[in-house]
Amino acid sequence: MMSRHHLAASIGLDDLDRRIINVLQEGFPLVTSPFAAVAAKIGIPESELIARLQRLAETGVVTRFGPFLDAAAMGGAFCLCALSAPADRFEEIAGIVNGFPQVAHNYEREHALNMWFVLATESPEEIDSTALRIEQATGLAVLRFPKLEEFFIGFRVAA
Amino acid sequence: MSSLDSIDRSIIEAAQAGLAITPCPYAEIAKSVGIGEADVIVRLGHLMERGVVRRIGVAPNHYALGLIANGMTVWDIEDEVASEVGREVGALPFVTHCYLRPRALPSWPYNLFAMVHGTTRDEVETKRREIALLAGPACRACDVLYSKRILKKTGLRLSGNGG
Repeated sequence: MMSRHHLAASIGLDDLDRRIINVLQEGFPLVTSPFAAVAAKIGIPESELIARLQRLAETGVVTRFGPFLDAAAMGGAFCLCALSAPADRFEEIAGIVNGFPQVAHNYEREHALNMWFVLATESPEEIDSTALRIEQATGLAVLRFPKLEEFFIGFRVAA
Repeated sequence: MSSLDSIDRSIIEAAQAGLAITPCPYAEIAKSVGIGEADVIVRLGHLMERGVVRRIGVAPNHYALGLIANGMTVWDIEDEVASEVGREVGALPFVTHCYLRPRALPSWPYNLFAMVHGTTRDEVETKRREIALLAGPACRACDVLYSKRILKKTGLRLSGNGG
């Protein structure tokens, strides 16, 4: 297995890239020239920060840059769901599930419940109706795991 | 979506696909919404205070960072202490997401979910043991589900058809 730094080196990530990712995971200021403010904090020119972030976004190291929304605060809802897709139908099922715009993330996991996805909808009612439609479309039971309580959500990983 | 007015909604719609990576990204949003840059900044600040926008920033691809072992650790914690254990587990620096969820008995006895990332599965297993120590005898069973593949990752999107 490749070491972390080998893998990072293969896509050309250096220490400054990692610092930029770490700082931008913490937040992005709401000011007229936010890149200038972040660049000053890191100690590099604004133009270099912009060029590096553009490259990180183009190469897919950064998958999203912008506001992260809380569906619940907008009257919407999130729900983690899981199903057991038979091996010989896995790709077909993945295609059906991913085809629903309400599916925000979908992961294949090593378990009898091998497909785990998050529904993000604009109303709580739409969670159930979407899960039912996925059950009808796949012929598989969709287990629903809505959050009952949320503990500190850092979301951040050390780059 | 009653808590958002049409301008808030337009700002979110303009920003959610990604901010422009240019010196004044909020001015770009202002241009597309047709309001002033200062209004965009003030409104985004209010949306953050209300929790509609949780944060503004980047989401890295964990795999590209070398964090190729991604384990959803799941725990069957006695109900009476599940919140307390959840708070402690969620405070661990290597836990990125931590939620209490309903069980799906009989097949799924787990009620606490904690996401752990590492460069190797050994690293995730070490972290999992730390969580087990913290949970102590309140934990009746546990498992870890490693991710094999990202099938989709788009995040929440508002549909463009109004509130």
